[in-house]
This record gives sequence, C-alpha cells and structure tokens, in this order.
Amino acid sequence: MPETSNDSWIVAGRTFSSRLIVGTGKYKDFAQNAAAVEASGAEIVTVAVRRVNISDPSQPVLMDYIDPKKITYLPNTAGCFTAEDAIRTLRLAREAGGWDLVKLEVLGEARTLYPNMRETLRATEVLANEGFLPMVYCVDDPIAAQQLEEAGAVAIMPLGAPIGSGLGLQNQVTIRLIVEGAKVPVLVDAGVGTASDAAVAMELGCDGVLMNTAIAEAKDPIRMARAMRLAVEAGREAYLAGRMQKRRYADPSSPLAGLI
Amino acid sequence: MTQPDTLEVRINGETRRVSAGSTIAALVAQIGLDPARVAVERNLEIVPRSTLASVAVADGDAFEIVHFVGGG
Repeated sequence: MPETSNDSWIVAGRTFSSRLIVGTGKYKDFAQNAAAVEASGAEIVTVAVRRVNISDPSQPVLMDYIDPKKITYLPNTAGCFTAEDAIRTLRLAREAGGWDLVKLEVLGEARTLYPNMRETLRATEVLANEGFLPMVYCVDDPIAAQQLEEAGAVAIMPLGAPIGSGLGLQNQVTIRLIVEGAKVPVLVDAGVGTASDAAVAMELGCDGVLMNTAIAEAKDPIRMARAMRLAVEAGREAYLAGRMQKRRYADPSSPLAGLI
Repeated sequence: MTQPDTLEVRINGETRRVSAGSTIAALVAQIGLDPARVAVERNLEIVPRSTLASVAVADGDAFEIVHFVGGG
C-alpha cells in the first residue's frame, strides 16, 4: 500500500508533507487559531503585515501562539491594490522575519477581491528579481498562469471562487488546464467552503489548497480543520489512484453469469 | 515651542517626541517592542535589522513599524 506520508511536495526547493496551507485571520482568538492549525496538520500558515499598535505594545501577538520555528510563516500582501504597495509590504516582511518565500496578491477591487493581473505580473517580476520566492494568487486563467511562471512565480495559486465566499471551485476546467500547463506547484487559493471543495481541487491534480474562512467561520473550526486535512488527503489519494471512467448508463457490479 | 534636546518624529502616523541622539533600536525599545519581532521603515526606506542600533533618529523622520498579524 503506498503511503500518503511519503507523498511530499516541493516549492522553491523546500519540501512539505502537508498539502494544506491555512490562513490565520478571522479566528475568535489566538488559542483557537493555534488549535485549528494543529488539527489541520498544516506546515505553512499565511500571515499579514500590519502596523504595530504603538499605544499598547503589550498585546498578545500571533508568534506567541504559532511558533515560526515549527510552522513556516508565509507573509501575504492582503489589502494591497498596487504592485508598489505589495512590494513594500513584502520587503518589510522579509526584514521582520527573514523569509523570502511569500504570498503575493494584488487586488483589483474591494467588492470581489479579484486580482489585478497587470499589477500582479509586474510585482512578480520585481520580487523575483529581488530574490523573493513569490507564490502568486491569480485568476483561473491558464495563459495568465504561464505568464506568472515566466515572470518568476514559484507557485501558481488560482482562485476557485472569490476570497471568503465559500462557493467552491467554479471552473474546474480552467483549474485543470493550469495544472496541466504548469511546471511549478499549483494550489487553489480562495473559494473553498467545505471539505468536498478541497477534495475536488486535489482530484484535479492540484499540489495543494490554501484556505482561511472555510475553517475560521465554521461553527466548530477545529473540527473543520481536521475535515479539511482529511479531504485534502482523500482528494490527493483519489487523484493518484486514478478515477474510473464515467459512463452514461449503469454497469452492474455483480456478475450476470450464474443467476438463479 | 521646541525643546532643543528632543526631536519630533512620526511613528505609524502618530507624532512622538524622542531624545536627541536616540538610535532606532532605542526608539523601538522605548515604545516597548522587541526589535527581533518587528521591521522598521524610515522615510519609506527599510532599515536593515543589523543597523537598527547604529542609525540615529533625525528630526522629522517618519517611521513605520510593522509586525505579523493573522491573515489569509
């Protein structure tokens, strides 16, 4: 029996065994967040870069609960609407944590949080030239994905549906086309709402899934984190197993010969 | 009225006064922050961590001090 535990994946030369990346936003508190990360089995978490509250610097911080020595922090550029803002944010992130593996997202508008691909592509080029290893949130467009890869993206992260919507993968065809065309890892980032959505992404051949709201806004986030771990593993196993062909009509599972 | 022994700076959008001759590391410590957990930008330029203790604060400097928070 093949072991799932040997089925690791590599991004920018770094090997991970968990194919689930989780966000750290929207949780009730840091303790719940840390417990959800633990239950998800994730080895990478996304984090945001924000101003320190200089009036009350003694407030608890994320690093007190999720140890960056054990869990890889993936700084993101959430909330950035221009390449310049995103680049500035990640330069600060690199100085704060020393990490060059980053998540780039440049948003086009607040209502849909759809990526602005012109700015995203420009930021990818600049960041790659500065030695960053950008994993890039993008539209589910196979041509845009190719262009990002050429610009230096170390992972392509198409949305399955708008950020925080929980609508599930809206276009399985384009996600599959991106997977087939990419030489770098492909992770569905955004749009997963429940476990079956994560499994679908993995069955399409994605290398991983990134999610935040689906876990954080579940009634029991820790249980959902575990569900997502299992779904990602199940979807990956199903992809590797190779699914049966679909038929238009029935095909009996019991032999027809020897009927009484 | 300006006190000659202090400088006026902006930190994360707030105006603060600091002693003349302070380094950026001293400024960060004075606020009560662990310099190992933050990054500092001075007048839109990153201040490398290795130089925090040697760069002096100048009157009118604008600082951004950031850290990591939860996010997706």
